[in-house]
Amino acid sequence: MIHQYKMKDMNIVLDINSGAVHIVDNMLYDIIEKLEIGQSLLEISQSMANVYIEEDIDEAFEEVNKLIQEKQLFTSNRYHSVVDTFKQRETVVKALCLHIAHDCNLSCGYCFAEEGEYHGDRSMMSLEVGREAVDFLLNNSGSRKNLEIDFFGGEPLMNFDVVKGIVEYAKNKEAEYHKNFRFTITTNGVLLTDEIIHFINENMYNVVLSIDGRKEVHDLMRPTPNGKGSYDLILPKLLQVAESRNQKNYYVRGTFTHNNLDFANDVLHLADLGFKQISVEPVVAPDNRAYALKEEDLPTLFEQYDYLAEKMLHYREEGKEFNFFHFMIDLKQGPCVSKRMTGCGAGSEYLAVTPEGDLYPCHQFVGIEDKKMGSVYGGLKRMDIQAEFKACNLFSKEACTSCWAKFYCGGGCNANAYNFFGDIHQVYPMACELEKKRVECAIYLKARETFRI
Amino acid sequence: MKHVKTLTGAVLNNSLKKGGCGECQTSCQSACKTSCTVGNQTCENSN
Ligand code: SF4
Ligand code: SF4
Repeated sequence: MIHQYKMKDMNIVLDINSGAVHIVDNMLYDIIEKLEIGQSLLEISQSMANVYIEEDIDEAFEEVNKLIQEKQLFTSNRYHSVVDTFKQRETVVKALCLHIAHDCNLSCGYCFAEEGEYHGDRSMMSLEVGREAVDFLLNNSGSRKNLEIDFFGGEPLMNFDVVKGIVEYAKNKEAEYHKNFRFTITTNGVLLTDEIIHFINENMYNVVLSIDGRKEVHDLMRPTPNGKGSYDLILPKLLQVAESRNQKNYYVRGTFTHNNLDFANDVLHLADLGFKQISVEPVVAPDNRAYALKEEDLPTLFEQYDYLAEKMLHYREEGKEFNFFHFMIDLKQGPCVSKRMTGCGAGSEYLAVTPEGDLYPCHQFVGIEDKKMGSVYGGLKRMDIQAEFKACNLFSKEACTSCWAKFYCGGGCNANAYNFFGDIHQVYPMACELEKKRVECAIYLKARETFRI
Repeated sequence: MKHVKTLTGAVLNNSLKKGGCGECQTSCQSACKTSCTVGNQTCENSN
């Protein structure tokens, strides 16, 4: 399978099954396109004879042949053979998302936690539940060394003493169990203090700071409960966190909606404020919400990604380089095939824990009663749910099997599919279109960076 | 080669042989919490 596209003056060819990426000239681009639809070399050279000279065409054919021999072009799909063993693989739990607080001090319009409450009542995780969750992870992670705990909410800083207690408890167990915990936290920043920032910097591998971009954009969707915007309240604190972490191992994380289709300007706003690690992503919302993204928004959003990519090149030239999460791509030492096939690991390697200790396939399934998998007390009970998620991979989803972006994407968000179609084996086409566009931009930027062109 | 510059060779073929160790970060823990995207994850075991 081949995917080829042009971006600016660059012709890019992806050989999907091998992961190879080539930058080619116009003639080779045309040849590959014709080969992909099954034309013979003779047909191709005849059809090109009045555009290119014969020697050049022959030379290009030779280069194509070389790539084919080196298994970097038109490679076949050898993955179906591993799918069956893959489904039966042993999995262990390696990551937990702890819902430290089902409560929030902001009232963000698009929050899938519904102002922190997740279809239920406001509640806080106790230290006891937290400790039990750590034990559950230790006992269910097999020989996996790196374990992840994400403090999530609602707003986890509303229950920060428990966060501290859990970190301390887990760290005390590391040596005995030969494990290495990586803690992360997602916060809206409202309650950040010097002391909390210090604790986060000492203990957290990554911190995700919620901010949407320009003040008016942010304040519209992220008000305090009394209706005032929260931008002015949080910005100085977020800047402090970013600086105190030397601009590494954090993300400012925004959401764009139908209200700010020109979201590239929000990304650039965050970059202009001095943030270096930026993630601004499409809202996930039911179609009937006014702020939901609509299919007719796609062309505008594509233009925005293109615009952002060019802007990032300019910023880099001017020494103001920054990272945009979804344009980051590791082409050389990226994840192995097995990771690319499993995707997010929800429901098998990754689980969410509610304040009461209930287990769900991931944070976005929390509160959906028939996806409750068990409890940190007593462990996993619904092995059928685990099996369902484990069996869900790139090759179990029809749309993904035939999608060129599959090995970059990993198969999309199961929660998204479930929310829209009630079935985790579906894909949500809007998300796919955006994902594919981002992969194209990411590879383009990588090529510009690598070849300095 | 004159007509082609290769940005990345056949990376996936190699890793198929190696299999997965599973030590890498879970994708939804890194930043986004709403989409999967694995292409930007880094392998813990790349050597
Ligand atoms: S972009 Fe969509 S169809 Fe393609 S791999 Fe991702 S989820 Fe599957
Ligand atoms: S199902 Fe979606 S939200 Fe849940 S872990 Fe996977 S990608 Fe993330």
